[in-house]
Amino acid sequence: MSNSAWGTLSDQAVAFAGVVYFLALLAHLVEWSALRQVATPATVTAGSGEVLVAERPGPTAASSSRAELFGRLGVLLTAGAAFVHFIALLGRGMAADPNRVPWGNMYEFTLSGTFVVAVLYLALYRKLALHWMAPIVVAFVLTLLMVAVIWLYGPVAPLTEALNSPWLVIHVVSAVIATGAFTIGGIASVLYLVKSKHPDAGGYLARVPEPPALDRIAYRLHSFAFPVWTFAVLITGPIWAHQAWSSFWNWDPKEVWAFITWVVYAGYLHARATAGWRGRRAAWLALVGMATLWFNFIGINYFSTTSQHSYAGLEAPRVPGPAQTSR
Amino acid sequence: MRITPRRSSPPPLRSSGEQPDSVAGHARKPGELTLKEMLRWAWRQLTSMRTALLLLLLLAVAAIPGSIIPQNGVDSLKASQWRDAHPKLTPVYEKLGLFHVFSTPWFAAIYLLLLISLVGCFIPRIVVYAKALRARPPRTPSNLDRLPEHAQFLTDRSPAEVLDRADVVLQKYRRDRTDDSVSAERGYLREAGNLLFHVSVLIVLIGFAMGSLFGYKGGVIVVVGQGWANNLTQYDDFAPGALFNPDNLDDFSFDIKGFDVTWLTSGPAKGQARGFVSHLDYSQDGGPTKSYDLKVNHPLTIGGTELFLIGHGYAPVITVRDGQGNVAWSGPTVFLPEDQTFTSIGVVKAADAEPKGIGLRGWFYPTYAFTDASGPFSVMGDAKNPAISMQVYAGDLGLDSGTSQSVYALDTSHASLVKKADGKPFRVDLALGQKVKLPDGLGSVSFDGLDRWNKLKISRTPGVRIALAGVLMALLGLLGSLFIRPRRAWVRARETEDGTLVEVAVLDRAGGDDVAPVLAEIVERLEENT
Repeated sequence: MSNSAWGTLSDQAVAFAGVVYFLALLAHLVEWSALRQVATPATVTAGSGEVLVAERPGPTAASSSRAELFGRLGVLLTAGAAFVHFIALLGRGMAADPNRVPWGNMYEFTLSGTFVVAVLYLALYRKLALHWMAPIVVAFVLTLLMVAVIWLYGPVAPLTEALNSPWLVIHVVSAVIATGAFTIGGIASVLYLVKSKHPDAGGYLARVPEPPALDRIAYRLHSFAFPVWTFAVLITGPIWAHQAWSSFWNWDPKEVWAFITWVVYAGYLHARATAGWRGRRAAWLALVGMATLWFNFIGINYFSTTSQHSYAGLEAPRVPGPAQTSR
Repeated sequence: MRITPRRSSPPPLRSSGEQPDSVAGHARKPGELTLKEMLRWAWRQLTSMRTALLLLLLLAVAAIPGSIIPQNGVDSLKASQWRDAHPKLTPVYEKLGLFHVFSTPWFAAIYLLLLISLVGCFIPRIVVYAKALRARPPRTPSNLDRLPEHAQFLTDRSPAEVLDRADVVLQKYRRDRTDDSVSAERGYLREAGNLLFHVSVLIVLIGFAMGSLFGYKGGVIVVVGQGWANNLTQYDDFAPGALFNPDNLDDFSFDIKGFDVTWLTSGPAKGQARGFVSHLDYSQDGGPTKSYDLKVNHPLTIGGTELFLIGHGYAPVITVRDGQGNVAWSGPTVFLPEDQTFTSIGVVKAADAEPKGIGLRGWFYPTYAFTDASGPFSVMGDAKNPAISMQVYAGDLGLDSGTSQSVYALDTSHASLVKKADGKPFRVDLALGQKVKLPDGLGSVSFDGLDRWNKLKISRTPGVRIALAGVLMALLGLLGSLFIRPRRAWVRARETEDGTLVEVAVLDRAGGDDVAPVLAEIVERLEENT
C-alpha cells in the first residue's frame, strides 16, 4: 500500500469509526429510553460494597430485556468503533514517510486521546461495572472526534526534528493514557455530583451506582492516572525537554498548564484525606482538573502562540532552526 | 492521612484548670492568647492539611498568568511586543511582575509557605510513623459487630484450630494472638510512601534551585569552519544564576568542521529542513581532540557543560572595499533568519572605510526569486540561488562613541542613505560571486562566498540529577501511598452451645477503600477445611 493509500484509509477509517460510535450512542440511547418506562428501579446496596442495581420485575419486563439487548449492542458497536479507530491511527502512522507513531500534530493527538478513552472504558467495563457510563463516554469520544476532524485536521507530515526522539513514544503514551483515565474518572465524578444531588431520580440516573460507589470508581481511576501523569509531565517531559531544548523546565505555557493540572489533581487526592473536603468538594476539584487537562490538550495551542509545544502549524514559526521549527 | 489530631481553632486558655505560668497574676479575657500560644496557633494553622490544600490550589491559580501573558524568560520578543501594544496595562503589569511570574516575590511566597507547611506537616509525621512502625496491632475490640465490615459464622472446629487457621490466612499481616482472638494489621508502608513523596518534593526543589542558582545558560552563534573556546567573553548571550562563579566554567574548545542538513523537496512538509548534524571536533582541558556529531535531541556533554544545537542560518561572505581600494570589511557575516524560507536579515559595518564609513543593511535570500507582485523573496531555505539585497548608509556608524551596539543593528543617526542619481535608494543586489561599485566613489561591495552558522546553547545545570532522583523517589512514594492499602483485621473464635462462633471484622484505614471483598475472602479462607 502506498503512503497516500494509507492516508486515505486513515481518513475513511476515522469517518467510519465516527459512524459506528454514533450507532453505539443510538443503541445506548434506545437502551436508556427503554429503561425510562421501567418502574423506578430499586437500588440495592449489599453491605457497603458492591452496588447491585436490580430492576424490579414487573409488567415492563419486555422493555427491560430490550434495554439489555441494546445495551449489549451498544458495547459491541463501541468495541467495533474502537477497532476501526485503531486502524485510523495505524493508517496515519503508515502514511508518513518514514513510518512513525501517529503523534505528530494536534489532530493525531486528539485521535489518540479519544482512542485511549474508548479503550480504557472498554477495558474497565467489567471490572468497574461501567455500563452506566456508556452513553457519556461514547458521546464524549464522538464529539472530540468531530472536533478533531473539523478543526484540527492536518495532512500527514513527517515529524519535526525535535519530535524525532524515542521520548516521543514514552512521553506521549503516558500523557495520553493519563488523559484517558482522568477523563473517565472525571465522568464518574460528574455523575457523583449529579447523583448525590438527585438521589431518587429515575431513568438513566437510576442505573448509575450509588454515590459512594461512584466516588470509589472516580478515586480508583484518578489514583491510577495521577502517577502516570506524574511520570509523563514531571519525569519524561523534563528529560526530553532537557535533551531537545537544553532546559528541563522552561515554563512554556503547555508545561505550566500540565503543572497546573498536576497540582489540581494533587489537590484532589489531598482533599480526599482532609475532613470537610471529601465528597462533593473533592469531586469538584476533579472536574476542575479535567477542565485544565483538556484546556491544555487542545485549548492552549490556540490561546498562547508562545508555546514550544505548538504543533500542526497553527502558526508560522517565528524563527526557524532545528529546534524551533513548528513544534 | 492525618495521624496526630490537630486543633484548627485557638487552643483553650487553660488545660485541666491549671493556670498557665506565663500569665500568672494577670486575668485574661476570653480569647486572649499569649504570644507563644499565638505563634503555636499560627503554626498549626499553617501546617494544617486544609491550609496546605489551599496553598496548593493557590499555586495553580498563580501559575495561570504566567501561561497567558508573554514571559520575558520564555519569549522576550513576544513580551516586548505585548508591552508596546498595551501601554496602559504595562506599568501595572510591570509592578505586579506579570512578565516574569515565576520569579516574583508573591509566587515565591506561595511556594515557600507551601514548603514550610509541608515540612511542618511531615516532620511530626515522621516521628509518629517511627513509633507506629514498631507498634503492635490494636487489641481486638470487644464488639466486632459494631465495625462497619464484619461477619460471623459457626463451625465445628475448635477455637484454637480456627485461630491457627487465622494465623495462616492473615499471613501478610502483622499479628498478635490472644486466647480467643487474632488481631492483625498491614499496610505500614503506605505512610512511608506518603512521607517519601513529601520529602522528595523538597529534594526536587533543592535540585531545581541548585540549577538556577549555580548554573548558567548561554547562547553562541558560530560560523561553520570556525572555532570557539569556553570563555565568558565568547558568549553572545549569557544568563548566569545568582550564585554562579565564572571560575567554574569548564575548560574546553571546539571547531565546527561541517554542517549537514537535508531539505525536503516534496510532500506536505516541503521546504522544511531535516536531519541537522553539526560535526564538532572538541577538546577538554587541552586534552586530545574528539569528534562528535551534534544533533537535535542529542546534546554533547563536556565535563559538566552541555552543548545543544538549536538553530542554524547563513553567513554570506561579503567584502567591502573603500574609496581607496582598501578592504574595510571582509568575512562571513551572520544573517538572522526571519521565516521558514530563511529569508534573513543582516548588517555589515565597515566603519573605518575612507572617505566615509559604510554600513549595509538588508536581506539575504538563499533561493532568490522575484515577482512584481511580491518583490524579492526566497523560494525555500536551501541555498539554490543565493543573493543579497541591501541598502547602503554612509557616514559615522557610531562605533567609536563608546556605547555598545548590537552586531545585528545599524545606527544610522549620523549616517545617510546612499542614493542613486535619480534620487532613489541605491541597492546592493548581488548574486553569489558578483561585485558592485558604490556611487560617489565610496568603494565597492562583493558577495564572495556563502558560509553557514550554527546556534548553540551552552549551559550548565548542576542539581539536575538530584531533581531527577527526587522526582523518581516522589513517584515511588506516590505509588506506595496510593496503592498500599492499610487495613486492620480481627478474628475471634469462641465456643458456644451451637459450636464455635467465629467473628471476623476488617477495617479500612486509608478511607475510600472497599474492604467488603477482603472480608469475604478472609471468611471464605477461614471456612475452608484444612
